[in-house]
Amino acid sequence: MTDESDTAGENGYNFAYLDEQTKRMIRRAILKAVAVPGYQVPFGSREMPLPYGWGTGGIQVTAALIGPDDVLKVIDQGADDTTNAVSIRRFFERTAAIATTTRTVEATIIQTRHRIPETPLAPGQILVYQVPQPEPLRRLVASEVETRTMHALEEYGVMHVRLYEDIARHGRIATAYDYPVKVNGRYVMAPSPIPKFDNPKMDRNPALQLFGAGREKRIYAVPPHTSVKSLDFDDHPFEIERWNESCALCGATETFLDEVLTDDAGGRLFVCSDSDYCHERRVVEDD
Amino acid sequence: MAVTGPRPGFTAPVLACQQTFRSLLTAIAHPGRVMAVGTPLDPPLPLGLASAAILLTLADMETPIWLGGAGEEAAQFLQFHSGAPIAKERAQAVFAFVARASDLPPLVHFNAGSDASPERSATLIIEVDGLVAGQGRRLAGPGIEGETRLDVAGLDGGFWDAWRRNGARFPMGVDVIFTAGDRLAALPRTTIERS
Repeated sequence: MTDESDTAGENGYNFAYLDEQTKRMIRRAILKAVAVPGYQVPFGSREMPLPYGWGTGGIQVTAALIGPDDVLKVIDQGADDTTNAVSIRRFFERTAAIATTTRTVEATIIQTRHRIPETPLAPGQILVYQVPQPEPLRRLVASEVETRTMHALEEYGVMHVRLYEDIARHGRIATAYDYPVKVNGRYVMAPSPIPKFDNPKMDRNPALQLFGAGREKRIYAVPPHTSVKSLDFDDHPFEIERWNESCALCGATETFLDEVLTDDAGGRLFVCSDSDYCHERRVVEDD
Repeated sequence: MAVTGPRPGFTAPVLACQQTFRSLLTAIAHPGRVMAVGTPLDPPLPLGLASAAILLTLADMETPIWLGGAGEEAAQFLQFHSGAPIAKERAQAVFAFVARASDLPPLVHFNAGSDASPERSATLIIEVDGLVAGQGRRLAGPGIEGETRLDVAGLDGGFWDAWRRNGARFPMGVDVIFTAGDRLAALPRTTIERS
């Protein structure tokens, strides 16, 4: 089956590493995930040559999608040059011989850990999220049987109680990452540990958003142009973080900033978490 | 010596399956959009190029296929190339192929999944006379920016009433892929028809 001259990759592995039987199973799960937006579809996650926590769910989704015409971008916390991003990119270069890029606008598939690019995504692009914990109710309810029933019955009161307790204790909703959302007015979904700053980008995004959790064996999806609302209260509306600082490298004021310590005397600066966006801005300035 | 076995399947199955899957994923992520399957395949009638390519891409020993209006040659072709068993009962089918849209059985005869496991529902592949985007029925829902239109030729008028009832069962419900020759368009259960 795999002896095809046009499926160049590392010798001895199928195109994009996974066997065709596994890809078929994942492809069926992806199609049902798109048909039921925000619902977590169980799948038979495989052992991957990376440990859990390194994006095995996202890698399996990408492996089921990717073809010779794709251009892959991989980011970890917004950066293309971190260990995790580099090794996943190299994995697909070796097993699928595909092209890779660091530029958001050039990519057909973007696999991400913990960020959504600052550059708006375009129709036709696919964003693949690496997800450590797909169940948004898990911290509140340990039992899988119970959380499945809660999703089936659309019984989400416990989530609002948790957010309300935040307000009672801190005066505001303190959740800053993996902030729960409701998809198409039906399923409460974990957006993965992206900062809540990125949540509004999920709403009615023209790109297809796919989520893979390897250890927890779940795939879920948000189709393009689909409503994604962050949970909140009328008197405590959802808000994103804002900084008084701007990026020390490109001067951006509307991006998600990382704080970087520059010395051991308390010196620090803020830079864009999205390295491609920051770089593009600086290139334009230099021209 | 004459070869009397099933007709050949994909010549390069790994890439053909990947390309067919991506066409299908685009179609289901953009309901009403008409996609073409580009890979060569010459399946036995009444299987069309797109319907056969979809089944060879997605079906295997874990997914019984129910065939409506397709004969022994089509059954053998699918069994040989995919390994999928042929379902005797509609309710057992993970995939159902319906050769003529006018012979479509009631949608409720197929597995709609459950509220706790809506992904276990059947996917129906219905061969129609033609698919034209930009005219015909007005469609809305996830994957559609505002509204889109799709004309499905040869579809019984009662289909859209049945489709509305299917949507009312959400998150349960079947998903539909229309095929016409090498063309395909999808209606996930979330797609609303506005008449």
